[in-house]
This record gives sequence, structure tokens and C-alpha cells, in this order.
Amino acid sequence: MDDYPFPPQGWDPAPGWDQTSGWDPPHGWDQQEPVEHGDDSRWYDDDAGPVVRPYALTRGRTRTAGEPFDLIALITVDPDHPAHAGAGPYAPVPGLTPEPAAALELCRSRTQSVAEIAAEFDLPVGVVRVFLGDLLDAGLIRVSRPVSPAQLPDERILREVINGLRAL
Amino acid sequence: MASEHSDPTADDTAPGRGSAVPVRRAPGTVAGGEPPLALKILVAGGFGVGKTTLVGSVSEIRPLRTEERLTEAGRGVDDTGGVEQKTTTTVAMDFGRITIREGLSLYLFGTPGQDRFWFLWDELALGALGAVVLADTRRLEDCFPSVDYFERRAIPFVVAVNCFQGSRQHAQEKVARALDLEPGTPVLLCDARERESGKRVLVELVEHASRLHTARLLA
Repeated sequence: MDDYPFPPQGWDPAPGWDQTSGWDPPHGWDQQEPVEHGDDSRWYDDDAGPVVRPYALTRGRTRTAGEPFDLIALITVDPDHPAHAGAGPYAPVPGLTPEPAAALELCRSRTQSVAEIAAEFDLPVGVVRVFLGDLLDAGLIRVSRPVSPAQLPDERILREVINGLRAL
Repeated sequence: MASEHSDPTADDTAPGRGSAVPVRRAPGTVAGGEPPLALKILVAGGFGVGKTTLVGSVSEIRPLRTEERLTEAGRGVDDTGGVEQKTTTTVAMDFGRITIREGLSLYLFGTPGQDRFWFLWDELALGALGAVVLADTRRLEDCFPSVDYFERRAIPFVVAVNCFQGSRQHAQEKVARALDLEPGTPVLLCDARERESGKRVLVELVEHASRLHTARLLA
């Protein structure tokens, strides 16, 4: 387990956490009076929202500064980034939260579109766009913007598509 | 909670709509080869016409979730009573991938059926190779909005009449006339459950798009 020191580097301990003895909560922390809610303040079912709001994964950010990612923009790992250098097991990138890390792993095996990543992790497209923006800023991925049909270089591609469909 | 995708027009910076935006940017290219290419086909039509079935018959299908602001979703809809408090909603659509070869993929998107999600179409339609409009002869009028949408944006489309068991098999010309299609728009009968049938629809669409593409180049 030496590969995964606990607590991890850069970890911000919660109040009451002691590095040596562990959890040492303030006295009386579990003796609080239950908070009374008026009936108006109760939310049920869908009104209460999902257990984890999707954008909690992006620390509340709903968009990135850069150009938005198209649904079929293709994501490949940036081979120039040290994290992707060499063969062998994939070295986890420090500081990455689980979802972007898993997305990165997915892109490492095969080029993925934004839509595929969202569908794979059952996350809203907007959330995926935000963390892909982070990965791009960090130089971990490359993005290939879609080519509109009007900009296709020649008929060859469409012919290939037709033949490919027939061969399915 | 805030919402992503607050402005659908923000995506207008992406290539498409005939603009001359350079598409092959250095950061997007894959080392040592052509950049991977993705093409997009939409599957549209009224609710319950078989869009999910069609996407599923030709590709591995998965639901795709997008979070949308309801102020956008409710745009143009009169009856928004009771939903003013909610700021975002989740829109699910069908999504499938067909790999033609390494570096060339076709993505299928089943467009959301409800009218209040029309605004979503603009992002989907941007840069689309073409569209399949699925029609049910028992409710032909359900596909009028889709036909209108693609005709206005000059997006190549074919009309595929999903022949449900027991439904009358209208002649293709009758459907074309009833929909007042522009001459040359292919109409074909299909069975969305059959893979071969679904493939034929897609092939017809790409051929149609290819013809229009060539015609535009020569014009």
C-alpha cells in the first residue's frame, strides 16, 4: 500500500482530524439538538435532487473557459504528457479525481467521443465537458474537433462509410 | 443549481453551418497520421415511432444524458406552469456508435421526441452528415416538424416509413406527397427492428448526402 500514502499529498484535513490519533472530534459533536424543520422546508423525491448533484463532481463549475466540446469531438491522450510516456501500467496522475482519471484510462485504450465518455459513466454531458476542459488544460488530452460534411476533403470518406455500413 | 449549456449558440464556434473555420488544428491531430474522423447522423421522428429500435438495431446503444436549463427547454412553450422553480432538467437521448474503421466512426443520435427539447436539436444538427426521419403512417403528421426542420436547414435526410405489423403499407409516393417533400428526397419502407433494414436506411441516407454534397461542389 506504499504506493497510495494516506492521507494523500495535498489533502486538506477536516477540522478535528489529527494526523497521529485520527478522528478527534470536538466534545459534544454528537449531542446537538435535532434541527426542527417547518413542513415548508421538506423536499421529497425528485424535489430533493439527486443524492450527489452532478456538478459536485466539477466543484460546481458548469462550463470551462475554453471553446465548448462538441458531442462528437474526439478525445485522445496526449502522448507528449509524461503521464502517458512509455509502455506498461498506467501511472495514475496525482490530483485527479476518480471520474476524470477513469475517462483518461478509457481514452488511453481507444479514441473516445465526448458523448461516449458521458454515456460510459452515465454522467450528464455538461459535467464531462467541464472535466475534459481540465484535462485539456493540464495537457493530458488532445481534442479533435469534428469536421462538418461540407468540409470533407473528398468523396472517398463517404464512399468508405457506405461500404462500411454494407459490411456491418 | 446552476446549469451547463446556458446558451446553445455558444457552440457556434464549432465548425459547421458552412463557415470557413479551419478544422484541422494542430492540437487535435493524432501523432503520425490523419486525425480521427467522426460523423454524426440524427434519427428523428415522433414519439414512439421506433427511433430507439432503429438505433439499437444497427449499433450498440446507450442512453446519453444532458443537463439542460429549463428556461431553454421551455422556450416557445406556452404551458410552463408549475415548473418555474426547477432550473435544470435531464434530457436523455439514444446514442449509438458504428465503427467503420480505426479513425472513422459514425455516431447516431436519437433526437428527443418532445417539442420542448427542440432547442437541443440545434447542437445535434450542427455539422450532421444527415438525418433519418422515421414515420408511422398511422400518425404521419408526427414527423412534419422533423421534415420542416431539416428542409429549412438544408440537412440531407431520408424518410423511413417504419412498417409496424398491421399498419397499412402506403406506397412511398403517397407518403412523399402527404409530407410534401422536396423532389429527390428518398422515401423508403423499413422495419426498424431488423438490422439489415436499418443498414439499408443508413446506406440510402449516406448516398443521398453524398449526391447532395457532390451537387453542391459542382454548383
